[in-house]
Amino acid sequence: MRSHEPRSTSSCAACKLLKRRCSPTCIFAPYFRSDEPKKFAKVHKVFGASNVSKILIEVPEEQREDTVNSLVYEAEARLRDPVYGCIGAIALLQRKMIELQHDLALARARLARYGCELLDRCCWCGT
Amino acid sequence: MVVAIVCIAVKMASSSSYNSPCAACKLLRRKCMPGCIFAPYFPPEEPQKFVNVHKIFGASNVTKLLNELLPHQREDAVNSLAYEAEARVRDPVYGCVGAITFLQRQVQRLQKELDAANADLIRYACNDIPTGLPQVTGASTVQPPLTPRNRLAEFNRRVGNEGGGFYQLPGALPYSFPWNDASSGDMNDGGGEGGM
Repeated sequence: MRSHEPRSTSSCAACKLLKRRCSPTCIFAPYFRSDEPKKFAKVHKVFGASNVSKILIEVPEEQREDTVNSLVYEAEARLRDPVYGCIGAIALLQRKMIELQHDLALARARLARYGCELLDRCCWCGT
Repeated sequence: MVVAIVCIAVKMASSSSYNSPCAACKLLRRKCMPGCIFAPYFPPEEPQKFVNVHKIFGASNVTKLLNELLPHQREDAVNSLAYEAEARVRDPVYGCVGAITFLQRQVQRLQKELDAANADLIRYACNDIPTGLPQVTGASTVQPPLTPRNRLAEFNRRVGNEGGGFYQLPGALPYSFPWNDASSGDMNDGGGEGGM
């Protein structure tokens, strides 16, 4: 886990952006390393540092990396599409799913028809 | 005169739509001014909507976001923010990204099943019984066998002609979710986010 890796003495990306001292117990430091400044910038712009901090404090430590990654993903989606954010992607996927379900039902109906016709022909051959 | 003024004030105060602060200003404990950017989208009857949005995004971030949009886009933006905020409150680790992963897996599964069904259809079409059999008189439900060119066209029409695979989100997810656990094996267990 990232939190067990030895930390450098430089500030994490969050504390650099917030212009504050990065303490040894900084909650952001394991997940916003100083070489990825844009990652925190995006999350801070959409959610705000204090909201992210509260969210991270609420989740168990072993789930914080996944939490940060999903927040980064949502933040990127919102910055790309300020009106719909992630919801645009959800809507597209739902439409795709419905389209595929429809196509699958059609294909299966055709297969069933083929199956019946084949059965009919075999019965005819048998008489 | 004073009585008249008091009566008018009472009448105005009793008109809930005129004086009632929006849900945002109620929560933020401030006066809801005419032209409040939140008022059209956070009515006082839906307090939880703003509570969630404020908890996850923060009122000032929402204000900045709405100010950057055109007025006709703001309602959709607020609704999508409310949806994301609610998803994040329910699932603090994955939020609505959990739903995206679930849907991607469903789309992958359906695409595979469709590919298999289409492959079977092509096999049936290729293995049609030769036409030396006597023709059945009357209306026939048998479809004429596809020529090789038409079979290929039909196949392409059904399968993957929009890029050949499942929907690709802009920016692939760089990490795996519990639903991607190899031990599950079965693509049909789509996690717990199906309600979205």
